[in-house]
Amino acid sequence: MGKTFSEKVFSSKAGRDVSAGEIVTLEPDYILTHDNTAAILKKLPEIGAARLKYPERAVVVLDHVTPAADSTHAANHKSIRAFVAEQGINNFYDVGRGVCHQIMVEEHYAYPGKLILGSDSHTTTAGAVGAFAAGIGRTEAAGIWVTGELWLRCPETMRISLSGKLRSYASAKDLALTLIGRIGADGAIYRAVEFSCENDDQFSVSDRMVLCNLAAEMGAKNGYFAPDETVAEYLGETGSDFSHLRSDADAHYIEELAFNLAEIEPVVAAPHAVDNVHPAVELAGKRIDQALLGTCTNGRIEDLRTAAIVLEGRTVSSHVRLLVFPASAKVYRQALDEGIVRTLLDAGAVWMNPGCGPCLGAHEGALAPGEACISTANRNFKGRMGHPDSEIYLASPATVAASAIAGEIAPPEEYF
Amino acid sequence: MGRVFKYGDDVNTDVLFPGKHTYTVSDPLEMAQHALEDLDPAFAKEVKPGDIIVAGSNFGCGSSREQAVLALKYAGVTAVIAESFARIYYRNCINSGLPALALPEAVSALNDGDEAEADLAAGVVKTSKGDFSFAPLPPEVQAILDAGGLIEYLRKRFAR
Ligand code: SF4
Repeated sequence: MGKTFSEKVFSSKAGRDVSAGEIVTLEPDYILTHDNTAAILKKLPEIGAARLKYPERAVVVLDHVTPAADSTHAANHKSIRAFVAEQGINNFYDVGRGVCHQIMVEEHYAYPGKLILGSDSHTTTAGAVGAFAAGIGRTEAAGIWVTGELWLRCPETMRISLSGKLRSYASAKDLALTLIGRIGADGAIYRAVEFSCENDDQFSVSDRMVLCNLAAEMGAKNGYFAPDETVAEYLGETGSDFSHLRSDADAHYIEELAFNLAEIEPVVAAPHAVDNVHPAVELAGKRIDQALLGTCTNGRIEDLRTAAIVLEGRTVSSHVRLLVFPASAKVYRQALDEGIVRTLLDAGAVWMNPGCGPCLGAHEGALAPGEACISTANRNFKGRMGHPDSEIYLASPATVAASAIAGEIAPPEEYF
Repeated sequence: MGRVFKYGDDVNTDVLFPGKHTYTVSDPLEMAQHALEDLDPAFAKEVKPGDIIVAGSNFGCGSSREQAVLALKYAGVTAVIAESFARIYYRNCINSGLPALALPEAVSALNDGDEAEADLAAGVVKTSKGDFSFAPLPPEVQAILDAGGLIEYLRKRFAR
């Protein structure tokens, strides 16, 4: 029987034939940590190890509470800076460089066939360029630092086949949320999710990152698009052939689902679960206090361009704070060059620093009791963005921008 | 035997241990005081050593924070039995030495307030509603649980 992408990556890493369901010990190519590096580094003395086995495989990005919100966070950041210097970790990105998952792809750590593990659930994002990328826990990250390896179970694969074409006002985010609404937050638990499309080139690397990011919200271990010409171009390696990583035609899928992209409508995930998905029109009129554009899910230049189309020449509602967090400094610079910074600023948006922002509720735009926020992020759990009595609605950049103007949830069709 | 605390599907890491405390609370016993506070405020006050959590599907979905496991472990919980687990949470349980058992039959049989006890070596959960057996864990996983968690397992490795 043929092999899936995941079985191929596991087999090549293990140096032997590995099939879904087997537990094997593998050496990841990169191990990603962020602000949690401060907690992870404290585990070294507990383990009784002093040094990283492969400092060149560690990637450390400060993004979660940056710049430091208070002296506790500042002390954590300080301890991380001392640690990366002492351990000789060169792949270090300090405050303001961007969200860790964006950095992994943007700086090309994520590469076809690479095994990437990260102490963050949305490490799956790197599957967009054909890496096998999965989230792990903190102690495991410390374990990889000092041993170079970790036990992993090779996942079964679920295939999502996409046909047709998205409408101008629908996006990869709407597709991902629709999918989560259909299969549920546990619909892909333990599994690899393979996205495949008749005409893959309609999905940019940015779109693929949205889908692979949200694979984590389906419970998946990893999500990926088989690396193709779009990926080769993105990596500046036009003409490179990654077809050996594609799942074989006779590979075994545990489940297959098909979607017609032409039927995807703008949708919103209502509080307090990512799979509580409704058509945007059904929630239209729900008053919002804050709108958030950014995060590892939708903070890329493509997302900001979409927001600029909606916001050009218009004004954010007087009772709404529209916060914009570019996913990286590179994205921010590009938005500046393209005039998007000005367009959004003129509309009344607040430009914030690259980073996670209020996505995890620790700073920079936390919500008060009774407030509602519409956000391009990936989670709307109770209390995640601040007070437990606040509400988070998840939507596409277009829907978030349209809602910011309306002051209430509003579908974006009329702007396209 | 311990008391069963029963919850529904999709118990997420934000209700297991609120995200707002992740960077401010580092003492595991203090973490235990916040366990499940946004879902069941009575839990942290009523739980006793030896108690067991029983829940529906996708237990521990959400973030990769280990506090969501440690808060339960240090509150005295000796096993979590669920229909299914979110995968990072499952890994974190093993690596923190808290047995996580996917046993849908036990979940449907048990109610809040029942009594239960997990015997890993025997591969059985004994309860006031009968016994439920499970296949032994893979050796890599059992070795980590036997050591009491990944830290202890690695410490032995580095002490060699
Ligand atoms: S933006 Fe939000 S989801 Fe993404 S890494 Fe940061 S905190 Fe996590």
